[in-house]
Amino acid sequence: MDLRFTSDELAFRAEVRGFIAAALPEPLRTKAALGRPFSKDDVVAWTRILNAKGWAVPHWPVERGGTGWDPVRQYIFLDALQQSGAPQMLSFGVNMVGPVIIAFGNEAQKRRFLPRIANLDDWWCQGFSEPGAGSDLASLRTAARRDGGHYVVNGQKTWTTFAQHADWMFCLVRTDPAAKKQKGISFLLVDMRTPGITVRPIQTIDGGFEINEVFLDDVRVPVENLVGAENEGWDYAKFLLGNERTGIARVGQTKEWLRRIRRIAAQERDGEGTMLDNRRFRERLTAIEVELKALEMTLLRVVAGERKSERGKPDPVSSILKLKGSELQQATTELLLEVAGPHALPWQPQQEDGWNEPPIGPDWAATVAPSYFNHRKVSIYGGSNEIQRNIIAKAILGL
Amino acid sequence: MDFDLSEEQSLFKDVIGRLLAGHYAFAQRDTYARSETGWSREVWSRLAEMGLLALSFDAAHGGSGGGPVETMIAMEEFGRALALEPYLATVVLGAGLLRHCASAEQKSSLLPRVASGGLILAFAHTERQSRYDLHDVACRARRDGGAWILDGEKMVVLHGDSADVLLVTARTAGGRRDRGGIGLFAVDAGADGVTRRGYATQDGRRAAHVALANVRVDAVAALGDPEGALPVVERVVDEAMAALAAEAVGVMLALHAQTVDHLRTRRQFGAAIGSFQALQHRAADMYVAVEQARSMAMLATMMVAESDHLLRHRHIAAAKIQIGRSGRFVGQQAIQLHGGIGMTAECKAGHAFKRLTTIDTLFGDADHHLCRLAASGGLEPD
Repeated sequence: MDLRFTSDELAFRAEVRGFIAAALPEPLRTKAALGRPFSKDDVVAWTRILNAKGWAVPHWPVERGGTGWDPVRQYIFLDALQQSGAPQMLSFGVNMVGPVIIAFGNEAQKRRFLPRIANLDDWWCQGFSEPGAGSDLASLRTAARRDGGHYVVNGQKTWTTFAQHADWMFCLVRTDPAAKKQKGISFLLVDMRTPGITVRPIQTIDGGFEINEVFLDDVRVPVENLVGAENEGWDYAKFLLGNERTGIARVGQTKEWLRRIRRIAAQERDGEGTMLDNRRFRERLTAIEVELKALEMTLLRVVAGERKSERGKPDPVSSILKLKGSELQQATTELLLEVAGPHALPWQPQQEDGWNEPPIGPDWAATVAPSYFNHRKVSIYGGSNEIQRNIIAKAILGL
Repeated sequence: MDFDLSEEQSLFKDVIGRLLAGHYAFAQRDTYARSETGWSREVWSRLAEMGLLALSFDAAHGGSGGGPVETMIAMEEFGRALALEPYLATVVLGAGLLRHCASAEQKSSLLPRVASGGLILAFAHTERQSRYDLHDVACRARRDGGAWILDGEKMVVLHGDSADVLLVTARTAGGRRDRGGIGLFAVDAGADGVTRRGYATQDGRRAAHVALANVRVDAVAALGDPEGALPVVERVVDEAMAALAAEAVGVMLALHAQTVDHLRTRRQFGAAIGSFQALQHRAADMYVAVEQARSMAMLATMMVAESDHLLRHRHIAAAKIQIGRSGRFVGQQAIQLHGGIGMTAECKAGHAFKRLTTIDTLFGDADHHLCRLAASGGLEPD
């Protein structure tokens, strides 16, 4: 047992941090400091900077553009990226559909899609949830009927994040209506420009537009866009959902948020001192730091274990990462809301989109309440925390 | 970055586990607890034979070259078995103090006797007013020629009733709450003027109230700098908290397993109660709490060897907070999920719950450490 990084790993961390510090464009740095959301262009620009360095898809196999780093280096890289405040990679491409194509796609699909995912030439969205299929995903009803060289897809997807930006959607569809629930589902890649697709935005409680409904009306998808075998899509979906393991805890991001909260709290007046002098506040901050440290160590245990386990075999312990990671992200956004106090109240959605008018109140305050409201999502998406508890109870405890 | 035990360490763990499994059937434990010492001399001798009582000693004093990881392994196994032996008092605290500040002669005279199982030590430190402040010492030691005279009272001295030698902190200079002016003295438990009132603690272990009235000890009884014992006390208490964290993990792992077992076998409404989602989710939350505690116990173990004492203390205090929080949750929920049977003295769950409650209280509970850590700038100060 030795919980320290080796000197090589520390040197690697310094190299990664140094690169990010030098390469992250100034406007993005400013947005990060003010807690403002990144635009599509920001994410594309940053992804291409990383891709030019060969670091856009480090966890992919080397022959597909990966770096060959071991899990500890992958972790160090991801942690440094999250702590830098730089835009997150678009998970739908690099963490979700990319690995599925690598594992189950054919050679033509790999050549066609993977380089464009790594360079974010294609923006991907996820067509899984439906109005009647949320946590019970396998009850999905969007149907694909074979017609010559095409599937004809009819149905409705929902909660589709960034469908408004998307060039492609990976989609679970029912190809065998007679088969039982999990059987008869296939994994299709759908070009968002195909006739019959309608994207309708859904405004969320924070005022933002991230998610959408996607209606599919006689959408013709070439058979060559089927991944793997027909009716085997559920296995690929399970692979995909279990694949996002260590990133989901977002420990590095929460660390960075806590540092930001400290900086803001040190400036905000509270009585004769600042919020940072407020004993109750400091104790809550410290309590989150302690839980986060425990989560970081749990995450490192998973990372260290990955070196020994087979690749692609999800560790059920990763359910802890999702559960605690989401709780801590929520606790952190809640704490910042309270630091902001009355400054959190003015609703200034235009501040998120580069409006030129001066902000009302402190420049960091406009996004505080929306971020708090928005982050209620993290315990719902990616398998709700209740589903994670089900997984722990069944897969780990055998109940 | 490696969280696994070496082959040797895994073997070490198995051997301790087997020894304790052989001696700690639930009824046997009860017999030990009700005996005069409150623990088993036989188990203690076996631990001595295995070299466990000299785990972190130098080879010169019979040591086996073990470090914090070996202590963690042993403590976790003691926790699983709810073992009652005075390992924390004698080996972690007592011998720990000797290792860090005793002279070569003092070590040679005491440590081999600890190693062979012939000497029980206890750390007499807590006082009526001190609560968890290690520097709050009112008990006094004054020089009398070449000797020292000790006066004062010490509370909840763990295993103070069966100890042969008490390691007593006493003020040699300064005011009651000064950091300087604290000495550490090895006092023979049978010395004139020492009165011990032994009692059982809530978790079925033993402790003593110790009164010192005009107790005269030789100059050789003073361990280290007679005015500068506090840093050693702080270091050893950090080591004890790391050890307790590992013990708590052992207690929690066994308690959680027992609870899940109960959920699988207990039937109501025509089904195993573990098939009900409300209970499944509780068991899952307990699992998360145990694993988070385990992660922090590992961190605390690593921090024992950290030379920056502020960094060491911050992280070990953080582990104590996590252990306290996890232990309380897991303990309370284990009783709840066991239902009525969990309330009975014949069910092991309650005994584990009481041990976890005690561990939280020892050397400062979660709230105490949270307040102190927050006041000192938090876990990750700028």
